[in-house]
Amino acid sequence: MSTATNSIDRFLERDYTAGFVTEVESDSLPKGLSEETIRQISARKGEPDFLLEWRLEAYRRWLEMSPPLWAQVKHPPIDYQDIVYYAAPKQKKDGPRSLDEVDPELLRTYEKLGVPLHERARLAGVVAVDAVFDSVSVGTTFQKQLAEHGVIFCSFSEAVREHPDLVRKYLGTVVPPSDNFYAALNSAVFSDGSFVYIPKGVRCPMELSTYFRINAKDTGQFERTLIIADEGATVSYLEGCTAPMRDENQLHAAVVELVALDDARIKYSTVQNWYPGDKDGKGGIYNFVTKRGDCRGPRSHISWTQVETGSAITWKYPSVILRGEDSVGEFHSVALTNHRQQADTGSKMIHLGRNTKSTIVSKGISAGHGSNTFRGLVQIGPRAQGARNFTQCDSLLIGERCAAHTFPTIEVRNPSAQVEHEATTSRIGEDQLFYAMQRGLSAEDAVSMIVSGFCKEVFKELPMEFAVEAQNLLGVSLEGSVG
Amino acid sequence: MSAPQVWRDAFAERAEALPGARLPWLARLRGQAIERFADEGWPTRRLEAWRHTPLALLGEQAFVAADGRAEVAAAVAQLRREAGDPEHWLVFVDGHHRPDLSTPGSLPQGCQVGSLAEALRQDAQGLEALMGSADEGSSPAALNLAFAADGAFVRIGSGVALEHPLHLVFVSATAEAATHVRNLVQAGANSVATIVEHHIGLADAQTLATIETRLALDRDARVTHLKLQRESEAGFHLARIDAQQAGGSVFDSHSLSFGARLARTDIETRFAGEGCEALFNGLYHADGRRHVDHHTRIDHALPRGTSREYYRGILDGAARGVFSGRILVAPGAVRTDAVQRTDNLLLSAQAEADARPELEIYAADVKCAHGATVGQLDEEALFYLRARGLDEAHARKLLTLAFAGEVLERIRDEALRRCAREILLARLPGEERMEESYA
Repeated sequence: MSTATNSIDRFLERDYTAGFVTEVESDSLPKGLSEETIRQISARKGEPDFLLEWRLEAYRRWLEMSPPLWAQVKHPPIDYQDIVYYAAPKQKKDGPRSLDEVDPELLRTYEKLGVPLHERARLAGVVAVDAVFDSVSVGTTFQKQLAEHGVIFCSFSEAVREHPDLVRKYLGTVVPPSDNFYAALNSAVFSDGSFVYIPKGVRCPMELSTYFRINAKDTGQFERTLIIADEGATVSYLEGCTAPMRDENQLHAAVVELVALDDARIKYSTVQNWYPGDKDGKGGIYNFVTKRGDCRGPRSHISWTQVETGSAITWKYPSVILRGEDSVGEFHSVALTNHRQQADTGSKMIHLGRNTKSTIVSKGISAGHGSNTFRGLVQIGPRAQGARNFTQCDSLLIGERCAAHTFPTIEVRNPSAQVEHEATTSRIGEDQLFYAMQRGLSAEDAVSMIVSGFCKEVFKELPMEFAVEAQNLLGVSLEGSVG
Repeated sequence: MSAPQVWRDAFAERAEALPGARLPWLARLRGQAIERFADEGWPTRRLEAWRHTPLALLGEQAFVAADGRAEVAAAVAQLRREAGDPEHWLVFVDGHHRPDLSTPGSLPQGCQVGSLAEALRQDAQGLEALMGSADEGSSPAALNLAFAADGAFVRIGSGVALEHPLHLVFVSATAEAATHVRNLVQAGANSVATIVEHHIGLADAQTLATIETRLALDRDARVTHLKLQRESEAGFHLARIDAQQAGGSVFDSHSLSFGARLARTDIETRFAGEGCEALFNGLYHADGRRHVDHHTRIDHALPRGTSREYYRGILDGAARGVFSGRILVAPGAVRTDAVQRTDNLLLSAQAEADARPELEIYAADVKCAHGATVGQLDEEALFYLRARGLDEAHARKLLTLAFAGEVLERIRDEALRRCAREILLARLPGEERMEESYA
């Protein structure tokens, strides 16, 4: 096995390709957090009073809260005064009016990351992109074409300016500011993010996507995404993220809220590739994210798909509240931890309405010293007649020093509900490797084949463009692990 | 007065009279235990392990101490008949050994069975190591350590096989009484034994029973432990079973929980040697407003351990059933093979089932799986039986019994299996005439 192991090692020794830094002048607030910081962020963005009040209220609540300790992750305490809460690339007075006016350096950054912002430079698949750089959105493509269908797709700041009523109506209704420590922090200091509104009966004509990039040093990224699918609307949304390689840990505390009204469908896909830190666990992003969808209307459908390969620490539990009758929630996840990465992730499905259905499929891969935890909750309320849940979480272990945990909670208060949970944990078998190699595959191909077979169920949920990227990412992220 | 203070006062009053009070190590242990309980009080829902089981009801209740002289001969005799007139029979009433109701039977050479109080009075050798420490388990375990005055003290010598099961009977007889029982079992290398605990409640009013059973299995010992809980419906039952397994030992634990207002059982084993095996098999039934909770933990500390865990719950009325099982695989515990399953049957609209099957794994070369389900009786199976002429109640009972049957089948001793099945049968609603359809 030793020659096989060596070649796997070599195959896996690839670098974090998104780790470069873009040299742009940035306009940022000094480190530290106080009511004044929040007032400044709000003022810079020219926000209406209600939003400033909302932020300050969240901040006051946050001051009374303490960080959650129940997750299976270890990190030194975070100094919240040592973070820059607002950093934006410097721009002309009024900001770019169209994509042509965006700083070419920024465009090149996204080009390099494989996210072309020039509409004409698009690939065969049509994807509209909102590019978020540190604290602000630098450009959104295809806005005009989308507007023809009545679809609103813009940065959060723009939505606050242009559609304050919609923002006011839905902001914080799925994830209230006091929901948890990191959500409260986000509510106080969030700087930008994406806003999507799909009007009644509209099927969004293209995939929407946001690309998040942390660039500046010492900054935290606190973005907020709000997606509303009105009655009978359909939308598919993709999210990608990267950051430069730095020795310091950086905090990313985002909030994503999804609202699906009657018969609406929202599909939310994430490929998370924040910088994971180096081999010894130095640096990397702390990814503490609250994502929740609310199936408000009957027959609505929300599906989360995530591929988590980056971040030093991942703490996120995309959830669905199944309020409407016959609504459906789905969660498909691949989480990979290598070196010293830690992931505590999973999903919550809260069944409140009749005949609601949910599926959780979670695939965890631990390599090196990685620690991977699935934590889930399936709750069936007393009025959720005929509710149904199926959960499957499998863990694959690569190497001798990794850890994989499964902590599901099931609470059933209705006898007509059916809930099933299955989980397995096993290593890549030497017999499997041997079998594949005996048929002429190299060791690296054999490992990659077994891993992608393990993840297949989740990858098939991803939109085409992402499926390929996710496949490649897994190869990169397994770097340095032992087969 | 707060709960901890009530118990601290009670301890100050009673400590001197507890057996072994003059042993310095024991006095120190009990002192630490009552301090811990006074410090923590009853567990609250804020503690993860007690999130689903509130003990607030116990609040500031003061319980009396019973002397164990209650008249229970008739009930014990009936239980004995039900159990198939066992050979080894030890009775404890309100936490005190009753030699007049006990018949230890003829024990093989090298086998010692007696009362813990007696062993403490004589300061039997090796007791200190078996007794445990104040920081184990949750705070009720500490309360038990502080107050436990009696229990069974069992030693099976190396290579000795106890042919018949040893039955330990614990009767909660006095209303408003709190009893604290501690059982110590030491199984020598290569020994074989089956130990059965019966817990029955005769009092109509509230009782509190804390029980801790500690088992130490030496190399290659094989111990089967079966707990049959039938406390009265006003009884609080807080039990903990703690096993330590040396290499190659096999520990089978069966927990059948049918009674009590609130029953909580923590079962833990630790594989302190290579190649250990454990079976955790459990069945619970609750109706009315009763609450039943099992928390289990299997610690695969060393390589080549095998564990199998199967728990099934039947919940009726407005009852609540909780199962939380954790399988822990320590770094380096390679070739671990663990399977855990829990299934729950909800028979009524107000019943609730909570399940937390947990895997915590720090080693790579392992095979672990768990599964959990919550559901109701299969409509098609019901229809099938009714099409064959069974009335609905009968059909439901038959299917419920079949659901429980899988757990009961794992009890190897036939007399015990039959006894458990009959108890369950009597508890399920529906007519009596089940024997022929079950067979």
